[in-house]
Amino acid sequence: MAVTIVFLGPLRDVAGTASREAAAPLDWAGLLATVGPEVADQLRDDRVNVACAGRVLSDKQSLRAMDGDEVALLPPVSGG
Amino acid sequence: MRDIRLLDAPFDPSALIRSFGAANPGLGGVCSFVGEVRGEQDVTALELSHYEPLTLAGMEQLADAAFDRFDLMGLLMVHRIGVIGPGEPIVCVSAAALHRRGAIDAVDFCMDHLKSAAWFWKREQRSDAWHWIEPRADDYADRSRWEK
Repeated sequence: MAVTIVFLGPLRDVAGTASREAAAPLDWAGLLATVGPEVADQLRDDRVNVACAGRVLSDKQSLRAMDGDEVALLPPVSGG
Repeated sequence: MRDIRLLDAPFDPSALIRSFGAANPGLGGVCSFVGEVRGEQDVTALELSHYEPLTLAGMEQLADAAFDRFDLMGLLMVHRIGVIGPGEPIVCVSAAALHRRGAIDAVDFCMDHLKSAAWFWKREQRSDAWHWIEPRADDYADRSRWEK
């Protein structure tokens, strides 16, 4: 088991993939190191949210994903 | 009557609105908004993507907030995902209430939040390639009107 990182919206293009696996446990520093410098730059933007196991983190730097968790990287949204 | 849905295929807003009205007997008014893909030159399709664990749950929370805030009898909120062609509906919000103000404001409130605070990502296909669309400053300003 591992952590699955999901890239949503335009981050999928930046990452070049819809998802990838990372070793658990995964914290904020580990996430930044895993996703590559371009995605990491965008993750530092306040408008980019992070969800772990189906919940949006109020403080993304407190990320601590465990085995089997899905971590979603959520760039600014546009609906309607 | 509450009906919150994500749809991955084309839908007929007028049929939804008609049955929504019928499902709210005794209503004083219904306000409905339907958003469609603009038939702009050079745009051949729009694609709405979502994130399954969050998107519908977020729309349910938005509906909760609308019921808390406005005097509503019913709320219909339907949003498309997938690839959508010019002229096809993307979103339909309809609110039923005893009095017009609640219905009109609830639709306005829901649309402002769907545009810039719901878990959707939108891109449009032009002749050269796909282009991601971010909310405009106006969309953020519209939503901020509802902050208490």
